[in-house]
Amino acid sequence: MRKKSLSNTILFLVLSILAVLFVTPIFFVGMNSFKGRFFISDRPFAFPQGELFAGFENYINGVERAEFFSAFGWSTFITVFSVLVIILCTSMTAWYITRVKTKSSEFLYFAFVFSMVVPFQMIMFTMSKLADSLNLNNPLGMLVLYLGFGAGLSVFMFCGFVKGIPLEIEEAALMDGCSPVKTYFRIVLPILKPTAITVAILNAMWIWNDYLLPYLVIGVGTPYKTIPVAVQYLMGSYGAKDYGALMALLVLSVIPIVVLYLFCQKYIIEGVVAGAVKG
Amino acid sequence: MERTMKKYFPLFVMPTLMAFFIAFVIPFLMGLYLSFCKFTTVTNAKFVGLDNYVKAFSNKGFLSALGFTVLFAMVAVVTINVFGFLLALLLTRQIPGRNLFRTVFFMPNLIGGIVLGYIWQAMINGVLSGFGVTMLMDAKYGYWGLILLMNWQMIGYIMVIYIAGLQNVSGDVLEAAKIDGAGKLQALFRVTLPMMMSSITICLFLTISNSFKMFDQNLALTGGGPSGKTTMLALDIYKTFYDKVGFEGVGQAKAVLFFLIVAGIAMVQLFITRHREVES
Repeated sequence: MRKKSLSNTILFLVLSILAVLFVTPIFFVGMNSFKGRFFISDRPFAFPQGELFAGFENYINGVERAEFFSAFGWSTFITVFSVLVIILCTSMTAWYITRVKTKSSEFLYFAFVFSMVVPFQMIMFTMSKLADSLNLNNPLGMLVLYLGFGAGLSVFMFCGFVKGIPLEIEEAALMDGCSPVKTYFRIVLPILKPTAITVAILNAMWIWNDYLLPYLVIGVGTPYKTIPVAVQYLMGSYGAKDYGALMALLVLSVIPIVVLYLFCQKYIIEGVVAGAVKG
Repeated sequence: MERTMKKYFPLFVMPTLMAFFIAFVIPFLMGLYLSFCKFTTVTNAKFVGLDNYVKAFSNKGFLSALGFTVLFAMVAVVTINVFGFLLALLLTRQIPGRNLFRTVFFMPNLIGGIVLGYIWQAMINGVLSGFGVTMLMDAKYGYWGLILLMNWQMIGYIMVIYIAGLQNVSGDVLEAAKIDGAGKLQALFRVTLPMMMSSITICLFLTISNSFKMFDQNLALTGGGPSGKTTMLALDIYKTFYDKVGFEGVGQAKAVLFFLIVAGIAMVQLFITRHREVES
């Protein structure tokens, strides 16, 4: 027994060191966000004190130059509503094409699965041109694009789950006079809840962090920049780079994710594992 | 039931289907066609046959990006899977605070590629400045920087999949192996690993396809520099499209080739998974 507890202590120490290494980059950025911008490249590992300490100057600069609060608002708007639209529309579609077995349902299912293996670069040019000509280059249009491009994985995951629901429950509801719409909302959707949570988490992680689609479709010349677009805009443009503002902006971008993660950790990890195993 | 439901096609399927056409089907078919055309906007396309594909291959950027991506994927896939598996092994033992460890190791996975890229750019340049160099002075810094970043991002993700796999390995079989006189290493290689082959397949393909498709991290960490030497496939396609006028057709041809590579990887995965299911 004693030998075992000794080896566990060593393991615990090793893991603790690893954990510290894992959070080092975030602490590094956090520390530097409180330093004067010129000290960041001169003395990157010095603690922000004395003449190095810059208070919240970087935060004020970063928020102003990248319009952080507006970016946060648009990121939240696009993510929340895209996920809601995706859940509602793709679960309905998955239910329909699983229950109505025709050639066209089969073909649709195949098309959705096929779209999962196509990388975004394949369609980025044509999709952004099409979105422009259909006036979808705004936050509301983004919901349509995310529904369309995210449909593959979501329909696929919902279909896998619908197949396991016994048909009798729905048939009984329909025979009792429920319309298909009512059956869907009262019977099917509640049963689908665990899958819906997984699908929501996977899509939310993708959309919140997505850079290329909003950059190409909405662009940087509008007030609708999302957080990744705003970060890249601050750093990617030519001219003098304000590393202080960047550090502050990075900290501000990480905080909402960490907070959400600490609250819904269990769902997030389970959702990601389920998504990986099925996808 | 089918007959009543069929009437509801416009409500249940149409919204998804229309969005799917706008965001995927039409752009995909147009992209396929345009890869055989010379164009600057979609409307002035002129058919040129295989010209773009010939240019894509004679263009040094594409082949060097392909080489760099393969070189990156080989090292990243091995390191991420080995470290992820080791962590999973350690964190399925009775260790105080193991849930906290899992939480910490998984967290980087949630941060987006652009933000991750800049966090590591600051960190790596900070370390390198002690030696009087920056990351963009030599491609090897960018290469190892990308490997480090990718490991940091994906180890926790791969770890939780391996943990789920390890928890499915039945204790009875391990017990039996122990009674039959198998040592710890022997039990790991002869019992645990073979029983986890499906998790291993999933993790291998997740890391391979994520390595091939990497874009945001590449753009933020090095931007492809110095002089394009750390440009990966996705970034090379992007630069061909948007950095110079007149190469849109070549960019689209590269994008089609990229799609074929990524889809090919997925097909191999599907084949292996099916094959194994039949066997067991």
